[in-house]
Amino acid sequence: MITGRTREQAIGMHKGKTSPEYRQATARVEMNADDMAHLGIQEGGIVRLRTAAGEVDLSAQAGTLPRGLVFVPLGASANLLVGTETQGTGMPSFKGVPVTAEPA
Amino acid sequence: MSTTIEHVACTFCGCVCDDIVVEIEGSRIAGVRRACAVGRGVLDEYDPEVRRPTLRGREVEWEAAIEAAASILDRADSPLIYGLSSSAVEAQRKAVELADRLGAVIDTTSSVCHGPTGLAMQAVGEATCTLGEVRDRADLIVFWGCNPAASHPRHFGRFSLTPKGTHTPNGRKDRTVFVVDVRPTGSSKQADHFLQVDVGADYEVLTALRSLVKGNDLAHGSIGGIPVSQLKDLVERMKACRYGVVFMGMGLTMSRGRHLNVGELFSLVTELNDYARFSVIPMRGHGNVAGADQVLTWSTGYPFAVSFARGYPQYGPGEFTAVDVLARGEADAALIIASDPAAHFPRRAAEHLERIPTIVLDPSESLTAGIAQVVFPTASYGLDAAGTAYRMDNVPIPLRRLLTSGRPTDEEVLDRIIEAVK
Repeated sequence: MITGRTREQAIGMHKGKTSPEYRQATARVEMNADDMAHLGIQEGGIVRLRTAAGEVDLSAQAGTLPRGLVFVPLGASANLLVGTETQGTGMPSFKGVPVTAEPA
Repeated sequence: MSTTIEHVACTFCGCVCDDIVVEIEGSRIAGVRRACAVGRGVLDEYDPEVRRPTLRGREVEWEAAIEAAASILDRADSPLIYGLSSSAVEAQRKAVELADRLGAVIDTTSSVCHGPTGLAMQAVGEATCTLGEVRDRADLIVFWGCNPAASHPRHFGRFSLTPKGTHTPNGRKDRTVFVVDVRPTGSSKQADHFLQVDVGADYEVLTALRSLVKGNDLAHGSIGGIPVSQLKDLVERMKACRYGVVFMGMGLTMSRGRHLNVGELFSLVTELNDYARFSVIPMRGHGNVAGADQVLTWSTGYPFAVSFARGYPQYGPGEFTAVDVLARGEADAALIIASDPAAHFPRRAAEHLERIPTIVLDPSESLTAGIAQVVFPTASYGLDAAGTAYRMDNVPIPLRRLLTSGRPTDEEVLDRIIEAVK
Protein backbone atom coordinates (compact mmCIF):
# COMPACT_ATOMS: atom_id res chain seq x y z
CA MET A 1 0.00 0.00 0.00
CA ILE A 2 1.04 3.54 -0.68
CA THR A 3 -0.72 6.59 0.69
CA GLY A 4 -0.57 10.11 -0.67
CA ARG A 5 -2.23 13.38 -1.41
CA THR A 6 -4.95 13.84 -3.98
CA ARG A 7 -6.44 17.05 -5.31
CA GLU A 8 -9.89 16.05 -4.02
CA GLN A 9 -8.49 15.31 -0.55
CA ALA A 10 -6.84 18.74 -0.41
CA ILE A 11 -9.98 20.54 -1.57
CA GLY A 12 -12.09 18.56 0.90
CA MET A 13 -9.66 19.40 3.70
CA HIS A 14 -10.43 23.09 3.33
CA LYS A 15 -14.16 22.43 3.50
CA GLY A 16 -13.52 20.78 6.86
CA LYS A 17 -12.34 17.35 7.88
CA THR A 18 -15.84 16.41 8.98
CA SER A 19 -17.30 17.49 5.64
CA PRO A 20 -18.83 14.93 3.26
CA GLU A 21 -16.35 16.06 0.59
CA TYR A 22 -13.37 15.16 2.78
CA ARG A 23 -14.84 11.84 3.90
CA GLN A 24 -15.63 10.89 0.31
CA ALA A 25 -12.15 11.89 -0.85
CA THR A 26 -10.34 9.87 1.82
CA ALA A 27 -12.52 6.80 2.44
CA ARG A 28 -11.55 5.09 -0.81
CA VAL A 29 -8.86 2.88 -2.24
CA GLU A 30 -7.49 2.73 -5.77
CA MET A 31 -6.58 -0.74 -7.02
CA ASN A 32 -5.34 -2.44 -10.12
CA ALA A 33 -8.35 -3.48 -12.26
CA ASP A 34 -7.06 -7.05 -12.68
CA ASP A 35 -6.59 -7.37 -8.91
CA MET A 36 -10.18 -6.20 -8.43
CA ALA A 37 -11.45 -8.75 -10.94
CA HIS A 38 -9.35 -11.48 -9.32
CA LEU A 39 -10.84 -10.67 -5.91
CA GLY A 40 -14.37 -10.30 -7.30
CA ILE A 41 -14.60 -6.64 -6.36
CA GLN A 42 -16.79 -4.32 -8.42
CA GLU A 43 -16.11 -0.64 -9.04
CA GLY A 44 -17.40 1.12 -5.90
CA GLY A 45 -17.51 -2.16 -3.98
CA ILE A 46 -16.28 -2.35 -0.41
CA VAL A 47 -12.82 -3.73 0.23
CA ARG A 48 -11.38 -4.65 3.60
CA LEU A 49 -7.72 -3.65 3.87
CA ARG A 50 -5.66 -5.10 6.69
CA THR A 51 -2.12 -4.24 7.81
CA ALA A 52 -0.13 -4.98 10.94
CA ALA A 53 -1.47 -1.68 12.32
CA GLY A 54 -5.19 -2.21 11.74
CA GLU A 55 -7.97 -2.67 9.23
CA VAL A 56 -10.53 -0.53 7.44
CA ASP A 57 -13.29 -0.95 4.87
CA LEU A 58 -13.06 1.34 1.85
CA SER A 59 -14.80 1.93 -1.45
CA ALA A 60 -12.71 0.50 -4.30
CA GLN A 61 -11.93 2.23 -7.56
CA ALA A 62 -9.83 0.98 -10.46
CA GLY A 63 -6.71 3.11 -10.81
CA THR A 64 -3.48 3.26 -12.78
CA LEU A 65 -1.57 1.00 -10.44
CA PRO A 66 0.58 -2.07 -11.07
CA ARG A 67 -0.76 -5.39 -9.81
CA GLY A 68 -0.27 -5.88 -6.09
CA LEU A 69 -0.26 -2.18 -5.25
CA VAL A 70 -3.11 -0.18 -3.70
CA PHE A 71 -3.32 3.58 -3.09
CA VAL A 72 -5.20 5.17 -0.17
CA PRO A 73 -5.48 8.99 0.08
CA LEU A 74 -3.98 10.52 3.22
CA GLY A 75 -6.60 10.90 5.91
CA ALA A 76 -8.41 9.14 8.73
CA SER A 77 -8.79 5.84 6.85
CA ALA A 78 -5.13 5.62 5.88
CA ASN A 79 -4.14 6.45 9.46
CA LEU A 80 -5.76 3.23 10.66
CA LEU A 81 -3.44 1.23 8.40
CA VAL A 82 -0.14 3.03 9.11
CA GLY A 83 2.01 1.92 12.04
CA THR A 84 4.08 4.11 14.35
CA GLU A 85 7.55 2.62 13.70
CA THR A 86 9.74 5.38 12.27
CA GLN A 87 13.08 3.55 12.05
CA GLY A 88 14.82 6.31 13.96
CA THR A 89 13.73 9.11 11.63
CA GLY A 90 10.37 10.32 12.92
CA MET A 91 8.70 9.27 9.67
CA PRO A 92 6.25 6.37 9.77
CA SER A 93 5.95 4.10 6.72
CA PHE A 94 3.20 5.87 4.80
CA LYS A 95 4.33 4.09 1.64
CA GLY A 96 5.30 0.50 0.95
CA VAL A 97 3.12 -0.98 3.71
CA PRO A 98 2.34 -4.73 3.34
CA VAL A 99 -1.45 -5.05 3.10
CA THR A 100 -4.04 -7.71 2.42
CA ALA A 101 -7.23 -6.91 0.52
CA GLU A 102 -10.47 -8.86 0.45
CA PRO A 103 -14.12 -8.14 -0.31
CA ALA A 104 -15.84 -6.84 2.83
CA MET B 1 -17.99 48.46 -2.79
CA SER B 2 -15.17 46.02 -3.52
CA THR B 3 -11.41 46.41 -3.32
CA THR B 4 -8.98 44.58 -5.57
CA ILE B 5 -5.71 43.41 -4.05
CA GLU B 6 -2.98 42.09 -6.34
CA HIS B 7 0.12 40.00 -5.64
CA VAL B 8 -1.55 38.09 -2.83
CA ALA B 9 0.36 35.04 -1.58
CA CYS B 10 -1.39 31.70 -1.04
CA THR B 11 -0.17 29.57 1.87
CA PHE B 12 -1.62 26.21 0.87
CA CYS B 13 1.52 24.57 -0.47
CA GLY B 14 5.24 25.18 -0.76
CA CYS B 15 4.83 27.09 -4.03
CA VAL B 16 3.47 30.06 -2.01
CA CYS B 17 2.09 31.56 -5.26
CA ASP B 18 2.28 35.32 -4.79
CA ASP B 19 0.56 36.47 -7.98
CA ILE B 20 -3.03 35.94 -6.87
CA VAL B 21 -5.69 38.61 -7.23
CA VAL B 22 -8.36 38.88 -4.52
CA GLU B 23 -11.55 40.93 -4.46
CA ILE B 24 -12.60 42.09 -0.98
CA GLU B 25 -16.16 43.15 -0.17
CA GLY B 26 -16.53 44.40 3.40
CA SER B 27 -14.92 41.81 5.63
CA ARG B 28 -15.24 38.95 3.13
CA ILE B 29 -13.35 37.63 0.13
CA ALA B 30 -15.71 37.95 -2.82
CA GLY B 31 -13.48 36.78 -5.65
CA VAL B 32 -10.19 35.01 -6.31
CA ARG B 33 -8.24 34.93 -9.57
CA ARG B 34 -5.19 32.93 -10.67
CA ALA B 35 -5.26 30.55 -7.66
CA CYS B 36 -5.47 26.79 -8.20
CA ALA B 37 -8.59 24.95 -7.05
CA VAL B 38 -7.03 24.20 -3.68
CA GLY B 39 -5.68 27.72 -3.14
CA ARG B 40 -9.06 29.12 -4.08
CA GLY B 41 -10.52 26.96 -1.32
CA VAL B 42 -8.00 28.30 1.21
CA LEU B 43 -9.11 31.84 0.41
CA ASP B 44 -12.81 31.30 -0.35
CA GLU B 45 -13.61 28.93 2.49
CA TYR B 46 -12.00 31.02 5.22
CA ASP B 47 -14.44 32.30 7.80
CA PRO B 48 -12.90 35.39 9.46
CA GLU B 49 -15.59 35.67 12.12
CA VAL B 50 -14.07 36.32 15.53
CA ARG B 51 -14.69 33.37 17.82
CA ARG B 52 -13.89 33.09 21.48
CA PRO B 53 -11.50 30.43 22.73
CA THR B 54 -12.90 27.30 24.29
CA LEU B 55 -11.98 25.45 27.47
CA ARG B 56 -13.19 21.83 27.51
CA GLY B 57 -15.68 22.73 24.79
CA ARG B 58 -17.17 25.84 26.46
CA GLU B 59 -16.49 29.37 25.28
CA VAL B 60 -14.40 31.41 27.69
CA GLU B 61 -12.70 34.81 27.77
CA TRP B 62 -9.22 35.02 26.25
CA GLU B 63 -7.64 35.63 29.65
CA ALA B 64 -9.16 32.46 31.09
CA ALA B 65 -7.98 30.42 28.13
CA ILE B 66 -4.44 31.81 28.41
CA GLU B 67 -4.39 30.97 32.12
CA ALA B 68 -5.67 27.45 31.47
CA ALA B 69 -3.07 26.85 28.75
CA ALA B 70 -0.26 28.16 30.92
CA SER B 71 -1.44 26.00 33.82
CA ILE B 72 -1.43 22.87 31.64
CA LEU B 73 2.06 23.61 30.39
CA ASP B 74 3.37 24.50 33.86
CA ARG B 75 2.11 21.20 35.28
CA ALA B 76 3.57 19.08 32.49
CA ASP B 77 6.88 17.28 32.95
CA SER B 78 7.34 16.55 29.26
CA PRO B 79 5.27 18.86 27.06
CA LEU B 80 5.30 18.57 23.27
CA ILE B 81 5.01 21.59 20.97
CA TYR B 82 4.15 20.49 17.45
CA GLY B 83 3.00 21.76 14.07
CA LEU B 84 3.99 25.24 12.89
CA SER B 85 4.05 24.63 9.14
CA SER B 86 0.89 26.64 8.43
CA SER B 87 1.87 29.44 10.75
CA ALA B 88 4.29 32.30 10.04
CA VAL B 89 7.95 32.70 10.85
CA GLU B 90 7.10 35.30 13.49
CA ALA B 91 5.00 32.79 15.44
CA GLN B 92 7.48 29.96 14.90
CA ARG B 93 10.11 32.02 16.69
CA LYS B 94 7.76 32.44 19.64
CA ALA B 95 7.09 28.69 19.72
CA VAL B 96 10.82 28.01 20.04
CA GLU B 97 11.05 30.59 22.82
CA LEU B 98 8.20 28.87 24.67
CA ALA B 99 9.80 25.44 24.19
CA ASP B 100 13.03 26.80 25.64
CA ARG B 101 11.16 28.31 28.59
CA LEU B 102 9.29 25.06 29.30
CA GLY B 103 12.05 22.55 28.62
CA ALA B 104 9.73 21.08 26.02
CA VAL B 105 10.15 18.94 22.94
CA ILE B 106 9.45 20.95 19.79
CA ASP B 107 8.83 19.27 16.46
CA THR B 108 7.25 20.36 13.19
CA THR B 109 5.29 18.69 10.43
CA SER B 110 8.64 18.30 8.68
CA SER B 111 9.08 15.09 10.62
CA VAL B 112 6.20 13.46 8.68
CA CYS B 113 7.06 15.22 5.42
CA HIS B 114 10.67 16.03 4.50
CA GLY B 115 12.34 15.24 7.83
CA PRO B 116 14.31 12.45 6.12
CA THR B 117 15.32 15.03 3.50
CA GLY B 118 16.82 17.14 6.29
CA LEU B 119 18.72 14.11 7.57
CA ALA B 120 20.09 13.48 4.08
CA MET B 121 21.07 17.12 3.67
CA GLN B 122 22.99 16.99 6.94
CA ALA B 123 24.75 13.79 5.82
CA VAL B 124 25.75 14.59 2.22
CA GLY B 125 24.86 18.24 1.53
CA GLU B 126 22.41 19.66 -0.95
CA ALA B 127 23.15 21.32 -4.29
CA THR B 128 20.14 23.54 -4.78
CA CYS B 129 18.78 26.64 -6.48
CA THR B 130 15.71 28.86 -6.50
CA LEU B 131 12.52 28.32 -8.45
CA GLY B 132 13.37 31.48 -10.40
CA GLU B 133 16.52 29.79 -11.67
CA VAL B 134 14.47 26.75 -12.62
CA ARG B 135 12.07 28.90 -14.64
CA ASP B 136 14.85 30.85 -16.36
CA ARG B 137 17.47 28.17 -16.94
CA ALA B 138 16.45 24.54 -16.49
CA ASP B 139 16.34 22.45 -19.68
CA LEU B 140 16.15 19.03 -18.00
CA ILE B 141 13.72 18.44 -15.17
CA VAL B 142 13.16 15.23 -13.22
CA PHE B 143 10.26 14.73 -10.81
CA TRP B 144 11.08 11.83 -8.50
CA GLY B 145 8.46 10.39 -6.17
CA CYS B 146 6.21 13.42 -6.37
CA ASN B 147 3.02 14.34 -8.18
CA PRO B 148 2.76 18.13 -8.45
CA ALA B 149 -0.33 17.83 -10.64
CA ALA B 150 -2.17 16.80 -7.45
CA SER B 151 -0.11 18.32 -4.65
CA HIS B 152 1.29 21.58 -6.12
CA PRO B 153 -1.14 22.39 -8.94
CA ARG B 154 0.56 25.57 -10.25
CA HIS B 155 4.14 24.33 -10.04
CA PHE B 156 4.21 23.28 -13.69
CA GLY B 157 2.78 26.56 -14.91
CA ARG B 158 4.75 28.97 -12.73
CA PHE B 159 8.15 27.31 -12.42
CA SER B 160 8.94 24.01 -14.02
CA LEU B 161 7.18 23.01 -17.25
CA THR B 162 5.58 25.72 -19.31
CA PRO B 163 6.82 29.19 -18.24
CA LYS B 164 9.06 31.09 -20.65
CA GLY B 165 12.28 32.19 -18.97
CA THR B 166 15.44 34.07 -19.85
CA HIS B 167 17.18 30.97 -21.23
CA THR B 168 14.00 29.01 -21.91
CA PRO B 169 12.21 31.40 -24.30
CA ASN B 170 10.08 28.65 -25.82
CA GLY B 171 8.78 27.40 -22.50
CA ARG B 172 7.80 23.73 -22.57
CA LYS B 173 9.62 23.15 -25.87
CA ASP B 174 12.92 24.07 -24.23
CA ARG B 175 12.57 21.47 -21.49
CA THR B 176 12.88 17.70 -21.33
CA VAL B 177 10.87 16.28 -18.47
CA PHE B 178 11.17 12.92 -16.71
CA VAL B 179 8.88 11.52 -14.03
CA VAL B 180 10.04 8.63 -11.84
CA ASP B 181 7.27 7.08 -9.77
CA VAL B 182 5.71 3.77 -8.76
CA ARG B 183 2.61 4.39 -10.86
CA PRO B 184 1.42 6.65 -13.69
CA THR B 185 0.04 9.92 -12.34
CA GLY B 186 -1.36 13.21 -13.55
CA SER B 187 2.24 14.45 -13.58
CA SER B 188 3.64 11.55 -15.59
CA LYS B 189 1.04 12.28 -18.29
CA GLN B 190 2.69 15.66 -18.82
CA ALA B 191 6.25 14.30 -18.95
CA ASP B 192 8.31 13.33 -22.00
CA HIS B 193 9.54 10.19 -20.26
CA PHE B 194 8.04 8.11 -17.46
CA LEU B 195 10.19 5.60 -15.56
CA GLN B 196 8.10 3.27 -13.40
CA VAL B 197 10.11 2.12 -10.41
CA ASP B 198 9.15 -0.85 -8.24
CA VAL B 199 7.80 0.06 -4.79
CA GLY B 200 10.71 0.42 -2.37
CA ALA B 201 13.40 0.16 -5.08
CA ASP B 202 14.34 3.84 -5.39
CA TYR B 203 17.64 3.36 -3.57
CA GLU B 204 18.77 0.65 -5.96
CA VAL B 205 17.84 2.73 -9.00
CA LEU B 206 19.61 5.82 -7.65
CA THR B 207 22.72 3.78 -6.88
CA ALA B 208 22.62 2.42 -10.43
CA LEU B 209 22.38 5.95 -11.82
CA ARG B 210 25.39 7.05 -9.75
CA SER B 211 27.34 4.09 -11.07
CA LEU B 212 26.41 4.89 -14.67
CA VAL B 213 27.43 8.53 -14.16
CA LYS B 214 30.86 7.28 -13.09
CA GLY B 215 31.11 5.35 -16.38
CA ASN B 216 30.50 1.85 -15.06
CA ASP B 217 28.49 -0.62 -17.10
CA LEU B 218 25.71 -2.63 -15.51
CA ALA B 219 25.25 -6.31 -16.31
CA HIS B 220 21.53 -6.24 -15.59
CA GLY B 221 18.49 -6.16 -17.83
CA SER B 222 16.63 -3.93 -15.42
CA ILE B 223 17.02 -2.45 -11.96
CA GLY B 224 14.11 -1.69 -9.69
CA GLY B 225 11.73 -2.45 -12.55
CA ILE B 226 13.36 0.02 -14.97
CA PRO B 227 15.27 -1.26 -18.02
CA VAL B 228 18.96 -0.33 -17.78
CA SER B 229 18.71 1.11 -21.30
CA GLN B 230 16.28 3.72 -19.95
CA LEU B 231 18.57 4.50 -17.03
CA LYS B 232 21.48 4.96 -19.46
CA ASP B 233 19.38 7.30 -21.57
CA LEU B 234 18.51 9.36 -18.49
CA VAL B 235 22.17 9.56 -17.42
CA GLU B 236 23.28 10.65 -20.89
CA ARG B 237 20.67 13.40 -20.88
CA MET B 238 21.66 14.44 -17.36
CA LYS B 239 25.33 14.74 -18.35
CA ALA B 240 24.55 16.56 -21.60
CA CYS B 241 22.01 19.09 -20.34
CA ARG B 242 22.79 22.75 -19.64
CA TYR B 243 20.93 23.07 -16.33
CA GLY B 244 19.26 20.11 -14.67
CA VAL B 245 16.92 20.12 -11.69
CA VAL B 246 15.42 17.25 -9.72
CA PHE B 247 12.26 17.84 -7.71
CA MET B 248 11.80 15.11 -5.12
CA GLY B 249 8.87 14.18 -2.93
CA MET B 250 7.55 11.83 -0.34
CA GLY B 251 7.87 8.85 -2.64
CA LEU B 252 11.44 8.87 -1.33
CA THR B 253 10.96 10.12 2.24
CA MET B 254 8.03 7.89 3.22
CA SER B 255 9.32 4.67 1.67
CA ARG B 256 11.76 2.04 2.87
CA GLY B 257 15.15 3.66 3.12
CA ARG B 258 13.76 7.18 3.76
CA HIS B 259 16.79 9.47 4.30
CA LEU B 260 19.08 6.95 2.62
CA ASN B 261 17.02 7.26 -0.58
CA VAL B 262 17.25 11.03 -0.41
CA GLY B 263 20.96 10.96 0.40
CA GLU B 264 21.58 8.83 -2.67
CA LEU B 265 19.66 11.31 -4.83
CA PHE B 266 21.46 14.32 -3.32
CA SER B 267 24.82 12.61 -3.94
CA LEU B 268 23.82 11.90 -7.55
CA VAL B 269 22.92 15.55 -8.06
CA THR B 270 26.19 16.75 -6.54
CA GLU B 271 28.17 14.37 -8.78
CA LEU B 272 26.31 15.54 -11.89
CA ASN B 273 27.80 18.98 -11.32
CA ASP B 274 31.01 17.57 -12.81
CA TYR B 275 29.15 17.58 -16.14
CA ALA B 276 26.39 20.18 -15.98
CA ARG B 277 24.84 22.63 -13.57
CA PHE B 278 22.52 20.46 -11.48
CA SER B 279 20.26 21.14 -8.49
CA VAL B 280 17.66 19.44 -6.34
CA ILE B 281 14.62 21.01 -4.68
CA PRO B 282 12.42 19.12 -2.20
CA MET B 283 8.72 19.58 -2.96
CA ARG B 284 7.71 21.03 0.39
CA GLY B 285 4.07 20.50 1.22
CA HIS B 286 2.67 23.07 3.63
CA GLY B 287 2.96 26.78 2.90
CA ASN B 288 5.58 27.52 5.54
CA VAL B 289 7.05 24.17 6.49
CA ALA B 290 10.34 25.37 4.99
CA GLY B 291 10.13 28.37 7.33
CA ALA B 292 9.71 26.04 10.31
CA ASP B 293 12.96 24.32 9.31
CA GLN B 294 14.66 27.68 8.93
CA VAL B 295 13.50 29.07 12.27
CA LEU B 296 14.35 25.96 14.26
CA THR B 297 17.75 25.73 12.56
CA TRP B 298 18.75 29.34 13.14
CA SER B 299 17.51 29.33 16.73
CA THR B 300 18.46 25.82 17.93
CA GLY B 301 20.90 24.49 15.33
CA TYR B 302 18.53 21.71 14.24
CA PRO B 303 15.60 21.71 11.80
CA PHE B 304 13.08 19.58 13.77
CA ALA B 305 12.93 17.01 16.61
CA VAL B 306 14.48 19.27 19.25
CA SER B 307 14.27 18.75 23.01
CA PHE B 308 15.00 21.47 25.55
CA ALA B 309 14.52 19.06 28.47
CA ARG B 310 18.14 19.40 29.57
CA GLY B 311 18.13 23.16 29.30
CA TYR B 312 19.83 23.28 25.93
CA PRO B 313 18.70 22.06 22.49
CA GLN B 314 19.25 18.38 21.73
CA TYR B 315 18.49 16.83 18.34
CA GLY B 316 16.80 13.45 18.16
CA PRO B 317 14.93 12.24 15.07
CA GLY B 318 13.20 9.04 16.15
CA GLU B 319 13.41 10.19 19.78
CA PHE B 320 12.05 13.75 19.85
CA THR B 321 9.87 13.49 16.75
CA ALA B 322 6.17 13.84 17.46
CA VAL B 323 4.96 10.45 16.20
CA ASP B 324 7.55 8.68 18.36
CA VAL B 325 6.93 10.85 21.44
CA LEU B 326 3.17 10.26 21.21
CA ALA B 327 3.32 6.57 20.28
CA ARG B 328 5.52 5.89 23.31
CA GLY B 329 3.19 7.91 25.50
CA GLU B 330 5.99 10.21 26.68
CA ALA B 331 4.31 13.58 26.22
CA ASP B 332 2.08 14.56 29.16
CA ALA B 333 0.75 17.74 27.49
CA ALA B 334 0.71 19.03 23.93
CA LEU B 335 0.55 22.43 22.28
CA ILE B 336 -0.44 22.06 18.64
CA ILE B 337 0.04 25.08 16.42
CA ALA B 338 -1.54 25.33 12.96
CA SER B 339 -1.59 21.64 12.19
CA ASP B 340 -3.83 18.64 12.70
CA PRO B 341 -1.98 15.56 13.93
CA ALA B 342 -5.25 13.87 14.94
CA ALA B 343 -6.09 13.81 11.23
CA HIS B 344 -2.65 13.04 9.82
CA PHE B 345 -0.78 10.81 12.26
CA PRO B 346 -0.99 7.04 12.53
CA ARG B 347 -4.01 6.33 14.68
CA ARG B 348 -2.05 4.89 17.60
CA ALA B 349 0.09 8.02 17.88
CA ALA B 350 -2.86 10.40 17.49
CA GLU B 351 -4.83 8.56 20.19
CA HIS B 352 -2.37 9.72 22.84
CA LEU B 353 -3.46 13.32 22.24
CA GLU B 354 -6.88 12.31 23.59
CA ARG B 355 -5.31 11.05 26.82
CA ILE B 356 -3.30 14.17 27.64
CA PRO B 357 -4.30 17.83 27.98
CA THR B 358 -3.93 19.34 24.52
CA ILE B 359 -3.93 23.01 23.52
CA VAL B 360 -4.62 24.07 19.93
CA LEU B 361 -3.93 27.32 18.08
CA ASP B 362 -5.61 27.16 14.68
CA PRO B 363 -7.63 29.51 12.46
CA SER B 364 -9.84 26.62 11.34
CA GLU B 365 -11.66 23.78 12.98
CA SER B 366 -9.63 20.60 13.04
CA LEU B 367 -9.91 17.08 14.39
CA THR B 368 -7.21 17.92 16.94
CA ALA B 369 -9.20 20.97 18.08
CA GLY B 370 -12.14 18.60 18.56
CA ILE B 371 -10.25 16.63 21.24
CA ALA B 372 -8.34 19.56 22.77
CA GLN B 373 -8.95 21.02 26.23
CA VAL B 374 -8.09 24.57 25.16
CA VAL B 375 -8.65 25.94 21.65
CA PHE B 376 -7.57 29.37 20.43
CA PRO B 377 -9.22 30.39 17.12
CA THR B 378 -6.39 32.54 15.79
CA ALA B 379 -5.97 34.64 12.67
CA SER B 380 -4.79 33.07 9.43
CA TYR B 381 -1.48 34.40 8.14
CA GLY B 382 -1.93 35.81 4.65
CA LEU B 383 -5.65 36.37 5.25
CA ASP B 384 -6.28 38.33 8.43
CA ALA B 385 -2.69 38.54 9.65
CA ALA B 386 0.59 39.65 8.09
CA GLY B 387 3.74 37.57 8.37
CA THR B 388 6.44 35.74 6.47
CA ALA B 389 6.52 32.31 4.85
CA TYR B 390 9.42 30.48 3.19
CA ARG B 391 8.72 29.00 -0.22
CA MET B 392 9.94 25.47 -0.98
CA ASP B 393 13.21 26.92 -2.32
CA ASN B 394 13.70 28.81 0.97
CA VAL B 395 12.89 32.21 -0.50
CA PRO B 396 10.95 34.25 2.10
CA ILE B 397 7.62 35.58 0.85
CA PRO B 398 5.71 38.32 2.70
CA LEU B 399 2.13 37.40 3.61
CA ARG B 400 -0.23 40.35 3.57
CA ARG B 401 -3.20 41.07 5.76
CA LEU B 402 -6.25 41.15 3.46
CA LEU B 403 -9.02 41.21 6.07
CA THR B 404 -9.42 43.00 9.38
CA SER B 405 -11.08 40.36 11.51
CA GLY B 406 -9.80 41.27 14.96
CA ARG B 407 -8.61 37.75 15.64
CA PRO B 408 -5.30 37.53 17.52
CA THR B 409 -2.35 35.98 15.72
CA ASP B 410 -0.49 32.82 16.77
CA GLU B 411 2.39 35.11 17.67
CA GLU B 412 0.24 37.20 20.00
CA VAL B 413 -1.30 34.18 21.74
CA LEU B 414 2.11 32.54 22.17
CA ASP B 415 3.45 35.80 23.61
CA ARG B 416 0.63 35.82 26.16
CA ILE B 417 1.30 32.17 27.08
CA ILE B 418 5.03 32.89 27.44
CA GLU B 419 4.19 35.72 29.83
CA ALA B 420 1.77 33.52 31.79
CA VAL B 421 3.91 30.41 32.31
CA LYS B 422 6.11 30.40 35.38
